[in-house]
Amino acid sequence: MKLNTVKHNKPAGRLLSAPFLLWETLFIIVPLAMVFYYGLTDRSGAFTLENVAAILGAEHAKALWLSVCLSFVSTLICFLLAYPLAMILANMNVNQHSFIVLIFILPMWMNFLLRTLAWQTLLEKNGVINNILEFLHIPPLNIINTPAAIILGMVYNFLPFMVLPIYNSLVKVDPNVINAARDLGANELQTFFKITFPLTIPGVISGVTMVFVPALTTFVISKLLGGSKILLIGNVIEEEFTQAGNWHLGSGLSIVLMIFIIFNMVISAVFDKNGEGNML
Amino acid sequence: MKKELINLIDISKSFDGELVLDELDLNVHENEFLTLLGPSGCGKTTTLRILGGFVSPDKGRVVFDGKDITSLPPNKRQLNTVFQKYALFTHMDIAENIAFGLKIKNKPKSYIDDKIKYALKLVNLEGYEKRMPNSLSGGQQQRIAIARAIVNEPKVLLLDEPLGALDLKLRQDMQYELIRLKNELGITFIYVTHDQEEALTMSDTIVVMNQGYIQQIGSPETIYNEPENAFVADFIGDSNIIDSIMLEDKLVSILGARFACVDTGFGTNKPVDVVIRPEDVELVKPEEGVIQGTVTHLIFKGVHYEMEVMANGFEWLVHSTQLFPVGTQVGIRVNPFNIQIMNKPESEDEEAAQLEA
Amino acid sequence: MIKTTAQKIYVGLIFLFLYAPILTLMMLSFNASRTRAKWGGFSLKWYADLFRNREIMQALWNTLLIAFIASFVAVVIGTVACIAINRMGRRSRAVMMGITNIPMLDAEIVTGISLMLLFISFGLKFGLGTILLSHITFCIPYVVLSVMPRIRQVDASVYEAALDLGAPPLKAFFKVVFPDILPGVLSGYLMAFTISLDDFIITHFTKGAGVDTLSTKIYTEVKKGIKPEMYALSTIIFVTVLLLLFLVNKAPKEKRGKIQTVKTG
Repeated sequence: MKLNTVKHNKPAGRLLSAPFLLWETLFIIVPLAMVFYYGLTDRSGAFTLENVAAILGAEHAKALWLSVCLSFVSTLICFLLAYPLAMILANMNVNQHSFIVLIFILPMWMNFLLRTLAWQTLLEKNGVINNILEFLHIPPLNIINTPAAIILGMVYNFLPFMVLPIYNSLVKVDPNVINAARDLGANELQTFFKITFPLTIPGVISGVTMVFVPALTTFVISKLLGGSKILLIGNVIEEEFTQAGNWHLGSGLSIVLMIFIIFNMVISAVFDKNGEGNML
Repeated sequence: MKKELINLIDISKSFDGELVLDELDLNVHENEFLTLLGPSGCGKTTTLRILGGFVSPDKGRVVFDGKDITSLPPNKRQLNTVFQKYALFTHMDIAENIAFGLKIKNKPKSYIDDKIKYALKLVNLEGYEKRMPNSLSGGQQQRIAIARAIVNEPKVLLLDEPLGALDLKLRQDMQYELIRLKNELGITFIYVTHDQEEALTMSDTIVVMNQGYIQQIGSPETIYNEPENAFVADFIGDSNIIDSIMLEDKLVSILGARFACVDTGFGTNKPVDVVIRPEDVELVKPEEGVIQGTVTHLIFKGVHYEMEVMANGFEWLVHSTQLFPVGTQVGIRVNPFNIQIMNKPESEDEEAAQLEA
Repeated sequence: MIKTTAQKIYVGLIFLFLYAPILTLMMLSFNASRTRAKWGGFSLKWYADLFRNREIMQALWNTLLIAFIASFVAVVIGTVACIAINRMGRRSRAVMMGITNIPMLDAEIVTGISLMLLFISFGLKFGLGTILLSHITFCIPYVVLSVMPRIRQVDASVYEAALDLGAPPLKAFFKVVFPDILPGVLSGYLMAFTISLDDFIITHFTKGAGVDTLSTKIYTEVKKGIKPEMYALSTIIFVTVLLLLFLVNKAPKEKRGKIQTVKTG
């Protein structure tokens, strides 16, 4: 009944949504359509699949494969680090949801490029970490300018996007549901795998998409921590736009990326119908 | 009396420095429908959670069938719980929900299937195997929660305000269902509620609790007719609780007037509390009453009229099928059997607990 | 005991991981040496130099201006959109939320190049204006996602009661609905502001030559070596935000504590 009384006011609702719809159409839908237009045409404006097919070229395919591998590993590491962390945080009964969000958002107030660059200082041959390792008589870590450093940068930058959705779905699990499983004879491990984890899958899926997509498409982290030799698909696209000036090729390669992204969106839409795993 | 199945011995529990249970002792018998009744915060739910193993007591022991189970985790206890808001597993269908405990115990599939059928039949929800919990109504979810618990053949079923979220009519139907279930299963039910009507309808034994103390243990009839203190009298049904003086055996002075009663052994000229149920107050012509007063309020309640009568400085609550309009002069009479005499609380703690009501 | 200690160590290590670069940057801002490789002793030199560096000051001004305006516009559009979405049926609501989610789920690089192509096609001059339009675009979803849950909690009958008591719709909204959703609006604003301030990728594609935000300025400096003044500036910003959050969080926390004691007592 309550809902109906609000809904009968439909014309007003449409009017209020107008600025939003107009903005989203103009600055999201139309631009995306333009990426498709550029990606599927050549300089003369004729239809072509060449730009998309360019992904099969040795160099592009290698960059894409490396991107997929690195982002997959980063996502996996993020998940393995984040789930226990989210569980501990959820069990701490801090009761201050906003505080938990805050400590993960706070680092963003220091510029993302500077924070990533700081890892150079930490990882260098004579950097802070190696000094500590030396002091502990552990062999030094020489990962700067390697794929490992890129993975570290990805995990560092995107870990919060994995922790927050999982944390949010964990605190929503009714403690009595956990109690019920225990009551019915399940031990702690069984309760986790049969009840807790399945109930938090929307959060996990949301976290995976939030980490995988930016990791797959980054060009900054690879540039800052991977030296100049390692090219990810993001670097290729970025160069097409800012240096080579071949927007058609850049757009074509972006369409390939968007296939991954759309796949991701579909998965998150299927698993997270109610928006349960939202970050905020 | 039947065999004792559960003994709670000297149980104390506090949360954040606040004492919730204070040296509680309670025995539960086999095949008993026992209800823990009291206002919120009285410790009834904590008692149930200690039994279920979700809360461990600070002090005291839980003995089940002669064995100490105080430190046994919930999954190793031979009792099952029906939770307040059902706590169904929303990612599983009804059959999977009911099968959960049996699968954990690695029961064979045919056995599990039979059990699911049997349990759904028992709670009148045959054919619901493939439905998801969120597609069921509150009452149906409640039945599934019960089915999920009883397929494990527990010796004791713990029910934590299971009807609290249902509407009145459904609640009444479910009360009869629960009694039927208990009789069919022949197991012990321990039931927590704050609803006195629910407690009186279903229980063999009622344990009235307040502020971490047991106020009275008894059958519904005893609790209703012979409340041991003002808290119980006030909490169970409506009642007139009056400061009085026990003049001698079988004679009490209520508001300055002498009433005959049947109680003995309170001594002479001893201050006591007198409880008189509103339906036991007889309104008669002024000259026939022990004391006289005026009707001040009148409400029609269906079965009876509810009236308030001002007499000797006390507002008497009266239920009567006979109508006395506001302003009528009446006399008040009470059958000696219906005057319940109670000792004044002895300790300050006890008094505080009673005043709280 | 062992379990909780292990948990604490784990949480501690993760936070060390998250905050180590920040501590490093703070250290570097006090480093007298110009290269980050060597510790040349404690110095406040870069803090003094910072305010004399006109390029950095200009970039800071641009960054703040864009963040303020973009998050404000996003809050207005986003909040109005939430009110509208809340009144819609299930289907239209799902469509609207789907559209909202596109920039969140889409790759920033795709959003960046798509906007770049748009601005080129419409012949817009690249500069502060194009950056602003882009930032508003990616800020809106953050506002919607923080306001939406709040607005769904608001009891519709409260608004109707205000109308019933004679308040005109706009007044009814600002008197009874807005105060309820204000926390969501504020956190949406803060979120949008933070994201705008920290953005590099989209700005990179939509900025014009000669116009820089702090992010793009840092990016151009990467090859030449970051000017230590930048470390000083980041430290100032971070510490300021930390202090502000501390002050803001302190007041409501006390209130919350009181409510809790009342409830349990």
